[in-house]
Amino acid sequence: MSVVQIENLTKDFLVGFWRKRRVRALDNLNLTVEPGEIFGFLGPNGAGKTTTLKIMMTLLRPTSGSVRILGEPAASAAMRRRIGYLPENPYFYDYLTAEEMLTYVGRLYGIRRPALRRKVGELLETVGLAEQARVQLRKFSKGMTQRIGIAQAIINDPEAVFLDEPMSGLDPLGRRDVRRIITGLREKGVTVFFSSHILPDVEALCDRVAILHKGRLRETGALHEILQVKIEGHEIILARVSAETRAGLAALCDEIRPMGDRLHLRAADAGRLEAVLARALAGGAELISVNPVRASLEEYFFREVAAEVPRP
Amino acid sequence: MLYSLILFALVMTVSSIALGQLTLGYERKVIVDLGLSAISIFGTLIAIFIGIGLVHKELERRTVYALLSKPVRRHEFILGKYLGLLATLSVNVAVMTVGLWLSMLYQGGIEPAGYARILPAVYLIFLSLALTTALALVFSAFSTPALSALFTLFLWIAGHFNYDLLEFAATSRTAAMRRFFQALYYLVPNFSNFTSIDSRNVIQSAAYAQPVDWTAVGWTTVYGLVYSGALLALAVAVFSRRDFK
Repeated sequence: MSVVQIENLTKDFLVGFWRKRRVRALDNLNLTVEPGEIFGFLGPNGAGKTTTLKIMMTLLRPTSGSVRILGEPAASAAMRRRIGYLPENPYFYDYLTAEEMLTYVGRLYGIRRPALRRKVGELLETVGLAEQARVQLRKFSKGMTQRIGIAQAIINDPEAVFLDEPMSGLDPLGRRDVRRIITGLREKGVTVFFSSHILPDVEALCDRVAILHKGRLRETGALHEILQVKIEGHEIILARVSAETRAGLAALCDEIRPMGDRLHLRAADAGRLEAVLARALAGGAELISVNPVRASLEEYFFREVAAEVPRP
Repeated sequence: MLYSLILFALVMTVSSIALGQLTLGYERKVIVDLGLSAISIFGTLIAIFIGIGLVHKELERRTVYALLSKPVRRHEFILGKYLGLLATLSVNVAVMTVGLWLSMLYQGGIEPAGYARILPAVYLIFLSLALTTALALVFSAFSTPALSALFTLFLWIAGHFNYDLLEFAATSRTAAMRRFFQALYYLVPNFSNFTSIDSRNVIQSAAYAQPVDWTAVGWTTVYGLVYSGALLALAVAVFSRRDFK
């Protein structure tokens, strides 16, 4: 059974005051997320990521289509006991302390007092807020609010967690901590669905991604599959290359650049790779490494999607 | 809430001292009437101005996103908000009632049973506050605080002059106007029902005190509960259909 099953999901918003017109935020979205995977939901601002997450959390009503989470309709309160959600730019009650806030959320899930006290302590430790347990949330920085937001999303030991831009507002240290929490969740078998535009994080964490643009699904699949297709040749690193060999190699490869006492070369296809390697080894050069050059997710994203986004 | 209690204490203290010097023979009546009116007005101000922000503040600050993704149904959210404000109002009314008793004690000349006889009046005031809160909550479920305050205040004032609508209906020239005013009479909450008990029940000695009409209190209770229930159902229906963009 899929953890998330989205079928033909469409959402129209009515905009304008007098003459209302329809704007399609989501267009016939189909998506499944399997148990135990970390699923990245990518797209530029306005792509429909938050809209999708809000429909999943029943904060928005779909125009058409359906969402099932853990095999149940999105509106099921029983199902919501088994999931966690972090909204984008979360806000919580200002005058509660971090400890009070988590206790309040824990009680919404029906967690009983002694277990809850222990759980709140552990969570504050996990998200690095143990020292701020008794500080009111209004005194929290954006990063600290994000951390307490993650804590409230996982207080019920959920089977699936939905995080809307969990890295936003965090410094590099905070991002590393969130990455650690997410991988920790995967180790426990929790399915993680998160939207992000911080691509290196998605690349480092996700098993599968979906790329959304203008409300439409552009691509979905295992990250290595999406990127594998886009292999753009090989990078060869050589050492101890004589001037004569170097001149010969320059004619064979697509790019050549010295870096310190080494030489970095790029061969666009397998034929050139073979020719470069043969020439280099015949010329007595030392082969340091040969690596396939894949488009990073970031490069892929910008090439495929950003080209269509008008610049401000 | 604290400010309203401080203001109430100030009003009652100043008027208790001033009345001793200004009015001749009517001090007890005035202090009880003033106290009951103050409980009603301060309570109404809290019911309206906190009531209208109950839902809107959650939407504006987006705290509702995290809350409604938990196993909390939308009707539970609305009912929780309502009962929470009623609990606040009950504390407020209780403290103000004690304040009124202290003013009566300071004034003197009221027999002990008179202190208990303000309780039915306070009970009806509390019922009217429950109705006002439900009214504010309905508007709060779909409108801005400023508009909600305006609508609630308008209906609260109109509700105190509800019987005039019957007069208008009776004197209307056309049948359409008559039906319009009659419909308004039944639609607008009748707040004058809740002010049927006043100082006459309290300040007279037991022999002369106007007896409490418990049947009227019973019907007013039924009216208050049914009207508030209908308003809450409406608030839930409106809130359940809302999109949180």
